Amino acid sequence: MDHQNNKQHYNFAFLDEGAKREIRRSILKAVAIPGYQVPFGSRELPIGRGWGTGGLQITLSIIGKKDILKVIDQGSDDSVNAVSIRKLVTATTGVQTTTDTGCATIIQSRHRVPENKMRNDQIMVLQVPNPEPLRSVSPKEVVSRTLHSEAEYSGIWLRLYEGIIKYGHTVSGADHPVMVEDRYVMNPSPIPKFDNPKLHQSDCLYLFGAGREKKIYAVPPYTEVVSLAYEDYPFAVEDMTGRVCKLCGAENVYFDEIFDSSTGEHYFQCSDSGFCARRRGKIGGN
Amino acid sequence: MPDDAERLGGISLNTANPVLRVRDLIVRFGEGCNYCLQGAALEKGRCPYCHSVWALNKVSLDLYKGEILGIVGESGSGKSTLLRALYFDREITGGEAYISEYKDGEKNIFEISNQQKRYIRNQKMGMVYQNPIMGLRMNFSSGGNVAEKLIAAGIRNAGSMTERAKYLLNHVEVPINRIKEEPKNFSGGMQQRVQISKALANNPSILLLDEVTTGLDLSVQARVLDLIKRIQQELGISMIVVSHDLSVIRMMADRTVVMLEGRIIEEGLTDQILEDPIHEYTQILVHSLL
Repeated sequence: MDHQNNKQHYNFAFLDEGAKREIRRSILKAVAIPGYQVPFGSRELPIGRGWGTGGLQITLSIIGKKDILKVIDQGSDDSVNAVSIRKLVTATTGVQTTTDTGCATIIQSRHRVPENKMRNDQIMVLQVPNPEPLRSVSPKEVVSRTLHSEAEYSGIWLRLYEGIIKYGHTVSGADHPVMVEDRYVMNPSPIPKFDNPKLHQSDCLYLFGAGREKKIYAVPPYTEVVSLAYEDYPFAVEDMTGRVCKLCGAENVYFDEIFDSSTGEHYFQCSDSGFCARRRGKIGGN
Repeated sequence: MPDDAERLGGISLNTANPVLRVRDLIVRFGEGCNYCLQGAALEKGRCPYCHSVWALNKVSLDLYKGEILGIVGESGSGKSTLLRALYFDREITGGEAYISEYKDGEKNIFEISNQQKRYIRNQKMGMVYQNPIMGLRMNFSSGGNVAEKLIAAGIRNAGSMTERAKYLLNHVEVPINRIKEEPKNFSGGMQQRVQISKALANNPSILLLDEVTTGLDLSVQARVLDLIKRIQQELGISMIVVSHDLSVIRMMADRTVVMLEGRIIEEGLTDQILEDPIHEYTQILVHSLL
């Protein structure tokens, strides 16, 4: 489907040019101040807020005709949310899409960073439900912004300590807070702890968009990103030892655990479906 | 100040170098007008023309090392407002305060950045509120509550924080095996003791206590007061104890100031104030106790 051939004519990449310009300006500011949440005027889209509208607006603002897009949801190219977003972008831009991480120039993702090492010519766009790591400390925006400005993050450290004192370890699974360039504490969006180290000194640009909360933030390439942890309880990613992908045999990747109710069998599969398909020689675009 | 030393008689206080010096502290609700800003007479702390409330009207006091200073006065006299202003809970309208342990007592603590205020709040002061809900996070463990102050002071070692929390909770007789439990499960007296241990976490040099025993039954009151007295003797912390209960003041305070309508109307040794009150209001106050 070509965007020119739609019955109703949409502007390239759905958003009007003014909106795209504003979002790009917010992105530039976010890149200039790594980890800082830049407010932006989140637009109405044909998908509901909280369904990836932040990431989608970033993608629509930065995408050009030559870009190749990959959209994933929890690692999968085939989930409904990923497919719908991909369809919307192609319908309004006509860009090529792919499931191969290596071929993509823009990857929009919900809750995962791909297994392949991302390159400097790629942009990773992450959808963010809750951008504010201080939200649990205070429900008031004016308070959380003041605390950020004063780099006062005791409340977040206290939350980590609560897990240690109650359960003997930090209890955060996804969205474990990180310190960016020793200045701003940032929610890395609910990626598993397994993916946190990928943000540190990465080659690619990470952009984070929260459409419902109207915030954009960024981790530019080669930025210091340190997961928060106490000295005597060092940060650790999920332990994947002993797990093997049933389909491709991969180890030390992030897995989905699958239960087959007819056989009663438990097994693991790569969460990154593009990575798994490539290993099995089954990869394609359109 | 020679007259201070004179007034204090036999008590050996280092009056040359107060731990805390407060000068002309003003907290006013309302803009003020030509009438009240000139310092003209107010009606119960309220300007008859512009209706501004002068919660604190040029309050000055000194707190010396290791002493307990009592503040008494009726409801609305400005006692709690004074403590909250000193703990940066409440914005002030004017005035100065100096802490000997911060920049050698030469910097007005109301004129410094929020970060520096937070530093003083977390490292130099402790506060125990009348209502534990104000001072504690009821949904965090009691250990976490104590640790909060340590985290704010920059400690990033969970084990050492847990050790400190255990030591302090033990000190205030909260069973250590309840360190994981939230204060919301505790009785009022126990919550108050968790609050005290939290306030002590960073060995503050100044402890502010706002009506800490109000609402506790008599036996628990006595134990909390004993505990505070013991801590003061062991650690030599200077304290300001606010209470409307003269028996608490009599038991705790070395020196006492009496507040009325936002002003200090009388100050001196606690015994002097209770035995030989000079101001009319203090006479009524003391008389109503007897």
